[in-house]
Amino acid sequence: MTASAAPACPTLVVDRLKIVGVPSMAVIIDEISLEVRPGEILGVVGESGSGKTTLGLALLNYCKSGTRVDDGSVTVGNEDLAKLDWRAVRQLRGRTVAYIPQSPASALNPALRIGTQLQECLSGSAETVLSRVREVLREVALPDDDAFLQRYPHQLSGGQQQRVAIAMAFVARPALIVLDEPTTGLDVSTQEHVLRTVRDMCLNYRCAAVYISHDMAVVAELADRIAVMYSGRVVEIGDTADVLADPRHPYTRRLLLAVPDLEARRPMLGIPGHAPSPLARPTGCAFAPRCPMAEEHHATEAPAPVDVGPRHTVRCHKAHLRLPPVSVSELPRPVSAAAAGQPVIEVRSLQAGYGPIRVLRDIDLSVQAGECVALLGESGSGKTTLSRCIAGLHTDFTGELLLDGDPVPASSFKRSRDQRRRIQYIFQNPYESLNPRRTVGELILQPLRALHGRVADPAEVVARALEQASLRPDHAYRYPAQLSGGERQRVAIARALAAEPEVLVCDEITSALDVSVQSSLVELLRQLQSRMGLTLLFITHNIALVRNIAQRVAVLEAGRIVELGAVEDVFARPQHAYTRSLMQATPNFQLPPGLHTPVVSTATSDAR
Amino acid sequence: MRRMLLKRCLFGLVTLLVVSFVVFLATQALPGDAARAILGREATPERLAALREQLNLEGSLPSQYLNWLGSLLQFDLGTSLAAKQPVTGMIGPTLVNSSVLMLSAAVVATPLAIVIGTWSALKKDSAVDHATGIVTLVLAALPEFVVGILLVLLLSTGLFHLLPAVYVGTPGQQVWNDPAQLVLPALTLVLAVLPYIVRIMRATMLEVLDSEYVQQARLKGVPERTVIIRHALPNAVGPVAQVIALQLAWLVGGVVIVEYLFRFPGVGFQLIDAVANRDLPLVQALVLAIALFYVVVNLLADVVTLAANPKVRTAR
Repeated sequence: MTASAAPACPTLVVDRLKIVGVPSMAVIIDEISLEVRPGEILGVVGESGSGKTTLGLALLNYCKSGTRVDDGSVTVGNEDLAKLDWRAVRQLRGRTVAYIPQSPASALNPALRIGTQLQECLSGSAETVLSRVREVLREVALPDDDAFLQRYPHQLSGGQQQRVAIAMAFVARPALIVLDEPTTGLDVSTQEHVLRTVRDMCLNYRCAAVYISHDMAVVAELADRIAVMYSGRVVEIGDTADVLADPRHPYTRRLLLAVPDLEARRPMLGIPGHAPSPLARPTGCAFAPRCPMAEEHHATEAPAPVDVGPRHTVRCHKAHLRLPPVSVSELPRPVSAAAAGQPVIEVRSLQAGYGPIRVLRDIDLSVQAGECVALLGESGSGKTTLSRCIAGLHTDFTGELLLDGDPVPASSFKRSRDQRRRIQYIFQNPYESLNPRRTVGELILQPLRALHGRVADPAEVVARALEQASLRPDHAYRYPAQLSGGERQRVAIARALAAEPEVLVCDEITSALDVSVQSSLVELLRQLQSRMGLTLLFITHNIALVRNIAQRVAVLEAGRIVELGAVEDVFARPQHAYTRSLMQATPNFQLPPGLHTPVVSTATSDAR
Repeated sequence: MRRMLLKRCLFGLVTLLVVSFVVFLATQALPGDAARAILGREATPERLAALREQLNLEGSLPSQYLNWLGSLLQFDLGTSLAAKQPVTGMIGPTLVNSSVLMLSAAVVATPLAIVIGTWSALKKDSAVDHATGIVTLVLAALPEFVVGILLVLLLSTGLFHLLPAVYVGTPGQQVWNDPAQLVLPALTLVLAVLPYIVRIMRATMLEVLDSEYVQQARLKGVPERTVIIRHALPNAVGPVAQVIALQLAWLVGGVVIVEYLFRFPGVGFQLIDAVANRDLPLVQALVLAIALFYVVVNLLADVVTLAANPKVRTAR
C-alpha cells in the first residue's frame, strides 16, 4: 500500500468543495476535503443520492446541468481547476484527468467505431496516435488489429465495452482517473477481470484513481483508501485496512454490516431509517436521526472532522468513543426443508427459448412448500426466463410444469384464477413495475380486483398488506414517486402478498437498490417465509445473497442447471467448475469481531 | 442490410399495387357508368359506346383491372380525353416541373431545418430558442396557401416588388431558366415543411445531447464542435429522417394548392385541370405518379434511417 511510502506530492487535492443545485441552492455536496497521491486508489463509497457522482464529475471540472460549484477548490497536479478557462479545461479532460463511466453501453457512442472513439482522445500524427491506441488495447487484453478498431460498440460484449472504456481513459496517460461504478451491471467474473485491469493499469501508469461505488466489498478489495460519503459529506476517510478493522463512524459500521457475507457467518443487517433528501438536509449531523448514539444537539450542530489515526478522519461528534456493538435481533426460523413435505412447483424437462434460440435446456426443478430456492446465474444464463415460464409470462416452452402435482397451462391467460393467485411475481425494478398514476392503496388492490372482482373490505386488505411488508398505513395514499426505492419494492411485495399467494417469485428484486435497503428486504422476506409459510423462488446473480436467504440453490449456466442442492453443501463443496469460478470471482471481506452482538445460535443454525 | 432493403422495396411495390387498385376502384369502377359521368346526360349512345371502348369499360371488373394494369406496366397510360394526346407525353414535363419545385424546396428546407433545430437545442431556454419555438408554431398553424398569399403580399405586390406574383411561362421554356419565378412557390413550400422538421430535430437533439455518450465525449476533452458534429448529429438524424420523409411526401399533396396559387405548370395544377375536365386517364396517371413519389421518398427515408444505425448496417 502506498500509504506507508514516503508522502509524495498528491495528484489530487479537494479542499472544502461545495456544489449546489441552481436555482434551488440545495446543497448537493459540502465540505469535501480529500487528497489522492500518485498510484493511490481512493474508493468513494456511498448510497444513491449521497453525491458521489457529483463529486466524481467535479474532479473533471464538469457540473451536470442545474448544478454549480459554490465554494472550495479542486487541484489536480498543481492546477486549480476553477481558474482554468474553457480551452484549458478541454486540454485537462482526457489528458490529465480521465473518466470511466458507469455504463459503457450508453457511454460509448453507438454510431461511431471503437477506433474513432479511441483515437479522438489523442492529438498528434495519425501514426503515433494509432500505435498508442493499439498499445493501450493490448494492455487491457483486447485485440489491437484493424478489424477490432473497425467494430461498433454493439458488436462487443459488456466486459469488452468496459475494457474499451478503460483503454479510452488510459490512452492519454492521465495523472488522475475517475471511475464511476464501472462494474455495476457486470457479471462477477467480468467484474473480476475489469477490476484486475484497473488495478494493473493504475500500477503501470502510477496514476491516481478515484473509484466511486456503492459496493463496499469491491472497494475493500481494490482501494488503498476509502472515503465514505453520506448525505453529501465525507463522514469517514482512511486507509482501507484501518477503516475495515476499526470503522469509527456509525454509518460506516452499518454499511459494512449491510454487505452480505459470502459465508453467511454474520447476519445481513439493514440500516433503519432513510437518508435525508438533498432538499431537506438537517443542519447538524445528517446521520443523527438514524444514529443510536445521537444526542439532541447533534441534529443542529454539524460535527467537525476529527483525526482518529494516521490519515484517518471521521466526521462524528463521538469520534473518540468506542462504538457499541450493533444489536442483532433473533432472526425468525424458516421452516426447515425436512418439515416441508409437498413439492409446490415441479418443472420437468423444460426447454424454453425465443423463436429459434433455445435459452433453457433440460430443466428439472422442484420447489417444496415453505422453502426458499435460489436460482443463481450470470446474465444470459436463463434464470429470468425460467421464472417467467413458471409465472406464465413466457409461453414458448416445452416440458411439464406442475403446481401441487397438477399440470398448469403455459400462459397465465389460460390459467385459472386460483392458479394465478397462488403464484405472484415481484419484478426487478420497482421504479418501473409500479404504475406512477395510482396510489399505493389502489396498486395493492389491483391484483385482487383482477382475481375476485369486488373486494369486500378494501381498506382492511390494504392495511394488512402494508403491515406485512413493514410499511406504514399512511403509505396507502401516496404515489410511487413519493417513495424511496426500498419503499417501492416493499409496495410491490405488499401487492403480491395481498393476493394471498403460496409462491412468491422474486426476480432480482434487490439489484436496483442500495445495499442497506437490500439487507432489510432480505430480512423481510425471511420473516414472511417463516411467519406465513411462503414458498420463495429467489432469482439473483449475487452468491452472498443466496447464502443469506435460500435453503436450496440451483446454479444455472448457459440455460442448464449445473448444480442443485442445499446451499450449505453447494458452497462448502462445489462440485461444478462453474460454481467454483463464481465463488472465486466474488469479492469478500472479513470484518473484525465485535461490530455486532452475537447471534442467538438457533437462528443461524436453522437458516439453511 | 441488403435483405432489409430488398424487403422494404417489396413492401413499396405492394403499396403501389394497393394504390393502383384503389385508384382503379375510385375512378373507373365507381357505381354507375364512368362514360356517362364524363360525357354528361345528353351524350349520344354512339359516343358513349366509343368512350367505353376507349376506356376499356367492357367486361368484368377483374378483367378490366388486369387490362388496365397490363397497359400501365407497358407505360401506356391511355389517351387524354380533353387534349386527345397520349397521357404519357403530357405528364412528362409537368412531372419534371413539379420535381424541380419540390427538390429545390427540399434542398433548402432539410439542411436549414436541421441547422435551426440543432441550434435551438444547443441554446435551450434562451431567447433564440423561445423565438424559434413560437415562429415554428405559428408557421405550422397557418395553411400553406395563407403563407403563400402573405409572401406574395410581402415580396411581390405589397411591401416590396421583388418577385413575380404568379408564374408566367412561355411554352417550350423550362421552369429553371428563370429561377426568380421559382422562388415564391418554393419558399412557400419550405415554410410549410420547415416547422415540423425543426421541432422534431430540436427534440431529438436535446435527447442526444443529454445522453451519456455526449457527456463522455465532453469529458474526454473532445472539442465542442466535434461533439456536436461527430457524436450528436449522426445519432439525431436517424429518427428525424422519417419526419423529413413524411414532410417531403406531404409536399406532393401540398404542391397542388401551392401550384394552383402561383399558377405553376406542375402536377398539382394539371391535376386540378384534369379533374375539372373529367379527364379520367390523366387523373389516374397523376394520382399514380404522386403515389409513386410517396413510396419512393419513404423508401429513401428508411434507407437513411437504416444506414444511420450501425446495428443494422453491420448485420448480415
